[in-house]
Amino acid sequence: MRTRRPLVWLALLTLVVLAGVSAVAFQDDTFKPLKPGDPGQETLPATPLVFVAYAFVWTLLLGYVFLLWRKLGRVERELAEVNARLRTGPRTP
Amino acid sequence: MSGVLRAAWLIARKDLRVEARNREIAYTTLFFAMSCVLIFAFAFIVEGQPLADAAAGILWVAVTFSGTLALGRAFERERQSETLRALLLAPVERAAIYLGKLLALLTLMIGVELVIVPVIGILFAAPLARAPWLLASLVATGTVGFGAVGTLFAAMLVRAQSRDVLLPVLLYPMVAPVVIAGVRGTAALFAAEPDFAAAGTWLTMLVFFDAVFVTLALWLFGPVMRE
Amino acid sequence: MTRVVPFLLVIAALMFMRAPFMIDAAPYESTMGLVQKIFYFHVPAAITTFLSVFVCGIASAIFLVRRKRMADHVAVAAAELAVLFGLMVIVTGPLWARKAWGVWWTWGDARLVMTFVMWMVFVAYLLLRKFGGPGSEVLAAAAGIFGMVLVPFVYWSVNYWRTVHPSTDVIRTLPPEMSSVLSWCIYSFFVLYAALLLLRTQLESHRASLDEAFLALED
Repeated sequence: MRTRRPLVWLALLTLVVLAGVSAVAFQDDTFKPLKPGDPGQETLPATPLVFVAYAFVWTLLLGYVFLLWRKLGRVERELAEVNARLRTGPRTP
Repeated sequence: MSGVLRAAWLIARKDLRVEARNREIAYTTLFFAMSCVLIFAFAFIVEGQPLADAAAGILWVAVTFSGTLALGRAFERERQSETLRALLLAPVERAAIYLGKLLALLTLMIGVELVIVPVIGILFAAPLARAPWLLASLVATGTVGFGAVGTLFAAMLVRAQSRDVLLPVLLYPMVAPVVIAGVRGTAALFAAEPDFAAAGTWLTMLVFFDAVFVTLALWLFGPVMRE
Repeated sequence: MTRVVPFLLVIAALMFMRAPFMIDAAPYESTMGLVQKIFYFHVPAAITTFLSVFVCGIASAIFLVRRKRMADHVAVAAAELAVLFGLMVIVTGPLWARKAWGVWWTWGDARLVMTFVMWMVFVAYLLLRKFGGPGSEVLAAAAGIFGMVLVPFVYWSVNYWRTVHPSTDVIRTLPPEMSSVLSWCIYSFFVLYAALLLLRTQLESHRASLDEAFLALED
């Protein structure tokens, strides 16, 4: 369980990125002649790109902070436990 | 200073003598470089003609890949019989050990290159004779840059776990500037319209990289290899 | 030292929450339009990545010379954060490039290739720490120093190719409505970076003392 959690997060994150990227990448990429007055470059919508970029940054940061917080909590608990055992436990082997 | 150089020379001679006895690294490295050339020939020959810049790329891939093999093997040899520890215990400066290992490696690599460069020239119709000295300098300085970083990391990794995979993983990103300069310089030389000025600039850059990498590696080798 | 972490995190969170509104209100760039707004996270993440690379390099050097274990903990933390923020740069960059340049990735640009190479170096650093076994912290320190020194060299060598990236002058010539948003985002990233660095360093120190405590328990 302890090693699988980060994987779940990573998988989620990958999913978000893949979803966004594929939404853009699998669009009709074939050549379309410009209609007069069409501002050429604007065929590719920018909104999903910007959305994916921000979603990625936020998910990555929140995920990292969350993971770090949990790991720290666990290590601190273990440390307290071991120290308590060191103080009270029998010195003889 | 002369003491350091003398000790380095002795260590390099020792390495080369061990190598001369069975020529294991020389043969395997050379053949491995050839296999790299073969694989790349499948990829970069289109309709019987090599792609532009293919020869330069293949040359450097063969050099770096076979160099990694030589590095790994040279230090594996030291590890198996614990001779690296003996070397570190010997009353010589760390710098001398580093320089000695580097010198031995460079001798081997340049020996392999003396075969592989003409072979690539023949197989990929690369104009080797166009500026032989510039080409030789590019290859030599590139090899020194690669070897300087490689020797440091290979020596460090002797005591680490999974050293076989960690060496290329660490080494290839670290030698990226050297490889870029080597490939682009050689490509400028081999191009249909050679750009000697660009090749010269890359060569200057390589000399500069060599100086920095050797200095840095010399400085790092001491504290890293402390027992 | 670690007392300030929750405080820093709260400040960072507040700053990050305000950032989208500021970015939304910022004027549209005339040629690139909406997609240029990736800039406000992309550039601060890039600056933070390289800051982290230097923190790691300097901490590694201190560790190698003085053998202070604290410096080693800082170096690990900085390397991990360099990879984290570098990943943001590497992912948001192509999303912007797809619209602005028409391709996800180009090898013809110095800063792209440099960021990618540096990111690889620090991933290799983390791999070395994870799989190198005992004693790998000294080796990793050498890798960290090399990584730091590599930054300008990778940049020069790649820059000599050819460059299509907006130059850094862009930042100085930015209209004030844009540059204020950018600086806000940069400061948000810095505050967050400080908090994460402290937190991650603390985790590493705790792990080290846990190992020691276990060893003491076994004796």
